[in-house]
Formats: sequence, C-alpha cells, structure tokens
Amino acid sequence: MTVAARISYDEVEVGTELPGQQFPVTRAALVRYAGASGDFNPIHWNERVAKEVGLPDVIAHGMFTMAEAVRVVTDWTGDPGAVVEYGVRFTKPVVVPDDDKGATVEVSAKVAQKLDDRRVRVDLTVVSAGVRVLGMARAVVQLS
Amino acid sequence: MPLDQSFVGRSYPPTRPYEVGREKIREFAEAVGDTNPVYTDVEAARAQGYPEVIAPPTFAFILTYQAADQVVNDPELGLDYSRVVHGDQKFVYSRPLRAGDRLTVTSHIDSIKSLAGNEVLAVRGEVYDEDGQHVVTGHTVLVARAPEGE
Repeated sequence: MTVAARISYDEVEVGTELPGQQFPVTRAALVRYAGASGDFNPIHWNERVAKEVGLPDVIAHGMFTMAEAVRVVTDWTGDPGAVVEYGVRFTKPVVVPDDDKGATVEVSAKVAQKLDDRRVRVDLTVVSAGVRVLGMARAVVQLS
Repeated sequence: MPLDQSFVGRSYPPTRPYEVGREKIREFAEAVGDTNPVYTDVEAARAQGYPEVIAPPTFAFILTYQAADQVVNDPELGLDYSRVVHGDQKFVYSRPLRAGDRLTVTSHIDSIKSLAGNEVLAVRGEVYDEDGQHVVTGHTVLVARAPEGE
C-alpha cells in the first residue's frame, strides 16, 4: 500500500486531536448525493414518505454522514489511501429541514490507540443538533 | 417470521464487473463536498504514488450496495426490505479504488440474529480487481424492524 500520509506516526500520541470540522447538510446536497451514490430511497428527499414511515422529516443518507465524517481523517493525512479500515454504526438520523440552512454535522476525532506497523486507531465523534448520530465511528490509519 | 438460520454462510455469484470511471469519482467527490485533488487530478494522484485518480473511502458502497441486492431480494431468504434500515457499515481496504478498475463483488451472509423482534443480517461484500487481487471488503449490517404490534 502506498503511504503518502503527511503525518508521522512518531508525531502523534494517544489523545492527539485531529482538526475538527463542521459540514452543512442541505436538501440539495441529499438530492445530489442520491444521484451520485444511486441510493434513491425517498426518505432522503421526500418529506411525505419520510413522515409516513414515522420519521420527523427527511433524513440524510447514513452513508452521506459517513462520507463527511471521514474527511476529518483524510484531510489530516492528506492521503485518503492511508485509511485502511473505517466503520460506523448509524445510531440516530440526521434530520434535514426544508430550508436554506438544513442541518449541520459536527465531527471531532482523536487518536485512541497506537497500533503496530505505524498505524493508529482514530475515534470519531459525530454530532447533529446535539445528538450523536454515529456510534463506534473508528478508522485505522496508516501513518508515515 | 424469523429468517432461516441455514442461510448463514451462503455466498452469491460474483457481480458483473463494475468499471470505475474518472467522472463518476469526480461526481461522487463533489456530492460529498470533498475537494482533495487526488480524486479529480491525475497529476495530484501520481504525486501521491497512485497510477490514476482514486475514489473517496466510502465510494466502495456503490458497488457493495448494488451487490447486496442479490441478498435482500433473494425470495428464498424472504427479507421484508420495506422494514430494513442500515445498521452498521465498515470497510477494510487493501488499496483505494481507482479509475480504470474493473471490480467484481461477491456477497456472503455472515450472520443472522434476532434481537428484540428485529432481524439483524450481516452481509459481507468482497471486492476484487481484474487480476483477482483483493481491493476492499464491505461489512454491512441490515436491520429489519419488527412489524408493528409484535
């Protein structure tokens, strides 16, 4: 595997914080993601259908939130190929109102464990409207 | 009705090859708002040591999700897809996906559990390139919620 990560294993410790980020989630972004990903489930763009199945409103694709969250890791390493494992649990939906502002997903992350072969485990905290929307959000990252 | 435990260990035939395109990668990167040039600029990708532009980490779900159709629509398994939500997702990479890859996915049922009336189905999608080399494994947990009133 190519290792072009700009972060050195020797520079980080357990507890090292990655730069956090906030990501806007609008209805328009969800429509665009539906097209790009091929996931056209109407709960991600149709309020009537979302409410019929008991949701408060349209919700973001879990995979959209997963894609946003890992940017905190890939922007840190510079090389997205340094991510060797990435997993999440979809614990709560990101509810996206029909206005120009939409929702916000806030992501923070820190090094949780130093592993063999110059790899680290990064744990992510992903929150929207004060609620953790992803659980067990972890990436294993190859550092240089 | 609980899902049949005898489906645990079942494998499905490999999908037809999916060719990863530069413009599809660009479309996906723009959809998630990611401006890292290794997704869109071949020179930037080469500077990082890749022969071609690479795809964002979760791009692989496009392939594994399509492949899992074989499982969720298997009439013998009898999953009620209208009640299914995505519970967990994990990827384990041998290398990033890149433009020009022709990839096949083989889906496997790893486990079936009943938890509080919900059916929890773990599907694994193994993604290989044209040379038969492993690229990524997608682990998807699908939860079929219990019908109302049960």
